[in-house]
Amino acid sequence: MRNLLLVAFIAAALVGCSTTPTTEAPIEDQGAAGATAPGAGGAVTGGAQGGSVSGAQSGAGGLGADELRNPNSILSKRSIYFDFDSFVVKDDYRPLVEAHARYLQSHANARMTIQGNTDERGSREYNIALGQKRADAVKRMMTLLGARDNQIETVSFGEERPKNPGHDESAWAENRRDDILYAGE
Amino acid sequence: MIPLLCRWLAACLLSLLPLSLANAQLSIEIVGGAAQTIPIAIVPFEAEGTWPIGITGIVGADLTRSGLFRLVDTAGVAPRPVRAQDVQAAFWRARSADAVVVGSMLPMPDGRAEVRFALVDVVKQAPLVQMTFTVTPQQFRITAHKISDVIYEKLTGDRGVFSTRIAYITKQGPRYQLLVADADGFGPQTIVSSNEPLLSPRWSPDGSRLAYVSFESRKPVVYVQSLDTGQRHAVANFRGSNSSPAWSPDGRKLAVTLTKDGGSQVYLMNPDGSGVTRVLTSQAIDTEAMFTPDGQSLVFTSDRGGTPQIYRASLLGGQVERLTFEGTYNVSPRPLPDGKGIVFVRRDGGRFQVATLDYATRQVQVLTQGPNDESPSVAPNGKLVIYASREGGHGILAAVSVDGRVKQRLVAPATDVREPAWGPFPRS
Repeated sequence: MRNLLLVAFIAAALVGCSTTPTTEAPIEDQGAAGATAPGAGGAVTGGAQGGSVSGAQSGAGGLGADELRNPNSILSKRSIYFDFDSFVVKDDYRPLVEAHARYLQSHANARMTIQGNTDERGSREYNIALGQKRADAVKRMMTLLGARDNQIETVSFGEERPKNPGHDESAWAENRRDDILYAGE
Repeated sequence: MIPLLCRWLAACLLSLLPLSLANAQLSIEIVGGAAQTIPIAIVPFEAEGTWPIGITGIVGADLTRSGLFRLVDTAGVAPRPVRAQDVQAAFWRARSADAVVVGSMLPMPDGRAEVRFALVDVVKQAPLVQMTFTVTPQQFRITAHKISDVIYEKLTGDRGVFSTRIAYITKQGPRYQLLVADADGFGPQTIVSSNEPLLSPRWSPDGSRLAYVSFESRKPVVYVQSLDTGQRHAVANFRGSNSSPAWSPDGRKLAVTLTKDGGSQVYLMNPDGSGVTRVLTSQAIDTEAMFTPDGQSLVFTSDRGGTPQIYRASLLGGQVERLTFEGTYNVSPRPLPDGKGIVFVRRDGGRFQVATLDYATRQVQVLTQGPNDESPSVAPNGKLVIYASREGGHGILAAVSVDGRVKQRLVAPATDVREPAWGPFPRS
């Protein structure tokens, strides 16, 4: 087992070497967004003497779940991508944001989390603040379109949950992102 | 160039083979050294060979790792000096030693050892220190680090950090762990593990607790955990994001970044989560706050000027002063313990580098080359900075002296290592 792990590690390290990107892309200062795989509630185990915690979220059931999951509905689209160094919600995503705002307006019990993300460059803590700014930008747009403030919580994963684990511009573009998650999902 | 680097990397990795993979123990390599090193002879202690582990080997490794010492060969020395008065200065001067360490570890009837050591300055021909410890074999390692601290302080004038601990985060596959290990990487203990990211471990000033950020509830929440009991509780779990904990020097307050009132802003709270008060107000991002050593100011990162820069705010008067002006990305300020400046991360072109800033001269000194250096943490003696770096697409820890001369790499096989935090001096 140990040797297997080690061999795998060396192989990975060597592959990493041979594909090391040599170009330097500009870094975004103001707002990267990253991606989040909506994970299951994180099971956490305390170490040596730590306690045990589960982070499952309970949902507000009975909301038009079918509508949210119907792949033909725009409501099934949940990611908003941002340009480098930008918090501006691009026109391409306006229909998506409007549809979710309408949904919240017509389902008063619906609750949503917008998760902001950044690419991997720079300070992890500062990137949490940057992702937050992107999540807040979409929330502001939705509340202007009729959603109520208390229906939307904005949080940030910073650079911690990349959708694409790569280290080049195409990966970073996928990771500058907001993800929309309804309570109960 | 790249194939060479890879071959070198593979050789390094293979050399790690005997280490325990299960514990992901860090191993330390010295990359560079000081311009001037102190030649020191460490003579194996009397009766050292009768014990399962020795002490002089650990002391030698500690001093070498600091980059400030080089070991003088002690092979073939007969008779072996055991006490200070046994050390013949002329003999050791001929071997180019400036200092000699001698000692004994004689067994006692109860199974413990009486560990005696003496440090002799062979230039001045004077004993500098003699000490005796009565310890169990389980305490040999910590005793060795204490001896290293004494030698280091006597010969450099600075307090040693060999008896301190470090906290860090590892990511192995989907698993995140917060670990605490001795400063030499020995004996890693898992404090908490999770399938969601862990971030920003910060030691309480007395070393008894860690604050950190966990994403286990699918958002950043600040926890405080006792290292003695393992008990943990969420101290900042407000609507929005909760991050960037930092202890006040007296351990009575935490600075945190919260978004509960809109935007990332800095608040103070008691370490049990009560008494939340906002201390900074801006329309911009304010985060990464850390207390200055006098506890009267915060240094923090803000984009209030259009780009992320480092500021200092008085907790008494409320004045805010910008500290960094060079470049468009200066983040992660960590106050130096002497109160005279900070260590921080700057971006130069596309490279993220660790640097120091002196408050009085406004001088910036770059300590590392990058390109992916981040999350610096200053040793309690202010002489070394541990930070996260990347090598071959792999997260490693590295350390550099505040003069930029001594460099070390700390690597653990098959694991991404990140977010180091250097613990305080041990409670004595």
